[in-house]
Amino acid sequence: MNVNYNDFVIRFANVNGSGSASANGMFAKALFRMGIPVATRNIFPSNIQGLPTWYEVRVSEQGYLGRREGVDIMVAMNAETLVEDVTSVRPGGYLLYDNSKLLSKTLQRDDIIEIGIPIANMLLPEYTDPKQRSLFKNIVYLGALAGLLNIEFDVITGMVATQYKGKDALIAPNIHALEIGRQYAYDYLQAPLPIQVRHSDAVGDRIMLDGNMAAGLGCIYGGATVCAWYPITPSTSVAEAFEQHANRLRIDEDSGQKNFAIIQAEDELAAIGMVIGAAWNGARSFTATSGPGVSLMSEFLGLAYFAEIPAVLWDIQRAGPSTGMPTRTQQSDVLAAAYASHGDTKHPLLFPATPKECFDFAALALDLADRLQTPIIVLSDLELGMNDNLSEPLEWDDARRYDRGKVLSAQDLDEMEVFGRYLDVDGDGIGYRTYPGAHPDKGAFFTRGTSRDEFAAYTESPEAYERNMLRLLKKWETARQLLPAAEVDAHESRVGVLFYGTTALPMPEAMDLLEPEGIKLDACRVRAFPFSDDVQAFIADHELIFVVEQNRDAQMRTLLINEFECDPKKLVPITYYAGLSISADFIFKSISEYYSQNKLPRLTEVQS
Amino acid sequence: MTFVAKPKAHHPNLPLNEIGLTRRDYEGSVSTLCAGCGHDSVSAAIVQACAELALPPHRFAKVSGIGCSSKTPSYFLNKSHGLNSVHGRMPSVITGANLANRDLHCIGVSGDGDSASIGMGQFAHIMRRRINMLYIVDNNGTYGLTKGQFSATNDKGSTSKKGVPNLYEPIDLVSMAMQIGASFVARSFSGDKRQLVPLIKAGLRHKGMAFIDVISPCVAFNNHQGSTKSYEHVRQHTQNVVDADYIEPHEEITADYDAGSNEDVQMPDGSTLRLYKLDADYDVHDRVGALNYVQRRHEEGEAVTGLLYVDPDAADCHEIMDTVCRPLNELNEADLCPGQEALEGINASFR
Repeated sequence: MNVNYNDFVIRFANVNGSGSASANGMFAKALFRMGIPVATRNIFPSNIQGLPTWYEVRVSEQGYLGRREGVDIMVAMNAETLVEDVTSVRPGGYLLYDNSKLLSKTLQRDDIIEIGIPIANMLLPEYTDPKQRSLFKNIVYLGALAGLLNIEFDVITGMVATQYKGKDALIAPNIHALEIGRQYAYDYLQAPLPIQVRHSDAVGDRIMLDGNMAAGLGCIYGGATVCAWYPITPSTSVAEAFEQHANRLRIDEDSGQKNFAIIQAEDELAAIGMVIGAAWNGARSFTATSGPGVSLMSEFLGLAYFAEIPAVLWDIQRAGPSTGMPTRTQQSDVLAAAYASHGDTKHPLLFPATPKECFDFAALALDLADRLQTPIIVLSDLELGMNDNLSEPLEWDDARRYDRGKVLSAQDLDEMEVFGRYLDVDGDGIGYRTYPGAHPDKGAFFTRGTSRDEFAAYTESPEAYERNMLRLLKKWETARQLLPAAEVDAHESRVGVLFYGTTALPMPEAMDLLEPEGIKLDACRVRAFPFSDDVQAFIADHELIFVVEQNRDAQMRTLLINEFECDPKKLVPITYYAGLSISADFIFKSISEYYSQNKLPRLTEVQS
Repeated sequence: MTFVAKPKAHHPNLPLNEIGLTRRDYEGSVSTLCAGCGHDSVSAAIVQACAELALPPHRFAKVSGIGCSSKTPSYFLNKSHGLNSVHGRMPSVITGANLANRDLHCIGVSGDGDSASIGMGQFAHIMRRRINMLYIVDNNGTYGLTKGQFSATNDKGSTSKKGVPNLYEPIDLVSMAMQIGASFVARSFSGDKRQLVPLIKAGLRHKGMAFIDVISPCVAFNNHQGSTKSYEHVRQHTQNVVDADYIEPHEEITADYDAGSNEDVQMPDGSTLRLYKLDADYDVHDRVGALNYVQRRHEEGEAVTGLLYVDPDAADCHEIMDTVCRPLNELNEADLCPGQEALEGINASFR
């Protein structure tokens, strides 16, 4: 038998709210614990119970974490989507279904292999409680998959034991259900299949978590003490992760009281208002939201920009415009975030691509907000925020100190002759601030969204207004130097590819697909806006650059053209925006078609 | 407004308060509001109250929204930081400020447009969160800066300067505040300093949400005959129900009042709130009764003033959330960062 090890896509089709999530999660975790790289994607509806939901696991020994088109194994547990699910299986792939009810003749395909398991019938004599019968369905197919794919059984049973720790009565029935499924696979199906898993060391020391969890942890490590938020998918779990871990990690030893405050605000306007009020008063604070929240917060972002108050905002992007597809992913808030609010405004952006980077950027954003005295917007997305991703372990240097920026103490104020809140003393466009209540006589000032002079006094003087606006531009240049540089991988190709955030996930695979076609691209992963000098150099050094992103209007490309005044013809948009995450296949197809249509030269020595 | 700058020097014989400061130390910049504006009287009352309480004048956070009222934090307590935020959003900003440093006295000044229209949502939610602050609304029933449109607190039938009547029901902020969770609710009149100053003192000392709705006539757009927010109308149609007097913890309490209709309320900080009840049946601790009373009098065309409701023992937001006593903005890496060792445990939980 020609066995394909550790390289397939399995998709579970379930009904939302049927308890499938924990069984499916255990499947992915079991493979991860066997050392096999996995990437999980939850494709779920904006609904609490009853609508279709899919869970996809990309299994890849090579470590490709992006989405791949086509399904090798479909676990079809939702009658409602059966037609669609059968169609999505690749020729030669497998359809696992509950044949307690026979599969309609019209659904049968002769180019795929059907694996029927009478799950409902098997459970009838085993469990009397209908709820248990329904829940254990998921466990039975997990057991069957263990047999069919050769998953190490003690890894799964070990996970069941961990998952139900404290609810020990549930362990035995769960393991029994697993065994029923596995035994059926051995007795009646040709287990194991030619698609199998086997132990690997390809995971290394990586961990598996979602970006929102990492972001919440990063806010704890970065010293955030105030979190104000309003529930909105897919950002809610950032605040929840912060609260969950803070309740454990941020309790004052002596008093048992909390070293943090978290408020679920009445709306996104109030959430960002609280963040700004707290940061103005010297506490590190953040909020998390998605596109609709950014729209609501825009007026306040303008205040924080103009009055120069730190703030950290996580935008976990979802498919817009308007309510759009609330549970699908996109990178479509780039322009809205970059230039949020009326008047001349712009905000530093960070683009994390992995959970580790979510953690790092969370702490970094708090430092940058204090240093630059302006809102920092971190643009994650649903793909990164809500799916379990492989990630380098989180790290913290215990010698690291928070950068609280230019803050004057009472002693500083006593020792200086002149204090002007908006005086550019150091020539970097950043003034010195004081916290309220710092000194009995010195350093108090009035913060306002109206125009003011260097001493924070209200003025409508054209000269003072212009000086202030120009100083803010100088600060923008300071920001450019402080923000993370791009990750550039250049090998003197004349053509490049530029991307950011989760578009990085399928990129290594896309490059590997393109190379045998004679297409070798230099790569630039943008990590921040304002763009670092290396982004400008990358554009200058290449004749043609594919800008790959997940929105319709090629927003990053627009931002690059706007900021660098480069020739738009040089930047070729490759955009995917249908709500699933962008796949390597899509990138490969788009770029190789562009090469063909434009007769671009390929490398003569085609590698195989 | 006046263009005469305030002299820096002051009379050598100005009386000093307990921390050795004069009233001038509590003042702000020169007001740019219209001469005779009620809001300036409110600012003056805040200055007097803070000076009499002998609070350090730099230990306040003053926050406002947008509008005439929201300009006023510039006109008192110059030694404190102020933040003039965006329209209707003072409550969220001051909530953040209070979370960051619970030791500062928070004063939020808003207007009827700022709190009863664009900021109605934030007004309601800060009341229910019981942020420890003094929330003052300078209530003139009109939008002054945009030249005299009706605001949502303007009474039905009250007319504009051009004689056009307001067709819509008014929003009563004190009733809302009592209903939603404020633990200190008062109404006063900018023209009645004798009543207003003690209320501000008590409100500043109250732990939790202290809300004072101050009817404050707009001399430019809402001080004519036909307006129910003119000086003349308010003087004739307010009913003072409970006058308050604030007595510091160390001050001697003398029994110089008629105990039958008056009451001393003990505040948690040891101070005393002495209430002079002008209606002997009025119970300042009965929230539902107070709501009824205010609503009934409003039906009769009267605005009830004085201390309407107080619960001196209600928890404030920090107590509800159980945050540490130290200001959050003073915590450092040692308090906040769990360190690499804890992170290794966290990493292990994701394997």
